[in-house]
Amino acid sequence: MSKLTIETEGDRHVVVTRRFAAPPEAVYRAHTEPDLIQKWLLGPDGWTMPVCINEARPGGKIRYEWTDGKGADFHLTGEYVELEPFSRIVHVERMHLPDRTPDNHVETRFEPDAAGTLMTMRMTLPNAETRAAMLATGMEHGMEASYVRLETML
Amino acid sequence: MPDLDATFSALADPTRRAILARLASGEATVMELAKPFAMTQPAISRHLKVLEGAGLIVRRVEGTKRPCRLAPDGIAAIDQWLAILRDALSKNYERLDGVLAAMQPKDGKDTP
Repeated sequence: MSKLTIETEGDRHVVVTRRFAAPPEAVYRAHTEPDLIQKWLLGPDGWTMPVCINEARPGGKIRYEWTDGKGADFHLTGEYVELEPFSRIVHVERMHLPDRTPDNHVETRFEPDAAGTLMTMRMTLPNAETRAAMLATGMEHGMEASYVRLETML
Repeated sequence: MPDLDATFSALADPTRRAILARLASGEATVMELAKPFAMTQPAISRHLKVLEGAGLIVRRVEGTKRPCRLAPDGIAAIDQWLAILRDALSKNYERLDGVLAAMQPKDGKDTP
């Protein structure tokens, strides 16, 4: 189906797009309401998000804490910059692994699309090296998801 | 798998991306590569050294020339990595599809 695209753009950007079969309002709410976020923004199987703080207003705080229930955990913090319900969100985030990663500036757009919503998430990193490091870190987590999936297949 | 930090750093430079795009259409010498970029051969050679170190190109010796071409393994590693990241994100978004489907009924005002 290939609904998801991920592309690097220029030296400092990563652009992710995805289509959803729901109106922009629903997709926007699923990105800003804690009880909804906790149901899907989980990464690999087996991980949960016991702490989800999301103050959806300019200057509002974001804090997501994940755990695998077996002693591994990490968290993300961020701040909202701009919100235009239900079409656009601008926020800054960084991971704590536990060392703090450089700030990732993210603009997320939700546009009406024939079948529902087209979401475009454009990330801007401070420099090319940071983007390279972020992509490499993402790979480790992605690998873990793949291994977990493999385990369930065996 | 090659060092992906080195790979993505190598790709961070627009000249190096243009060199890779040129090499996608076939092998080229430093002189041939320098021409469209209005750069000196030593400057191009420095970029080639970075690309070679990142495993994105390979060079062979032909008399005094060292023609370059794309290294399939290096390019494949990038594709592979993007596929893995795509998998991880796909998983989150497939869960979100389920969340959105459950939200629909209570919206009421949506016409199917």
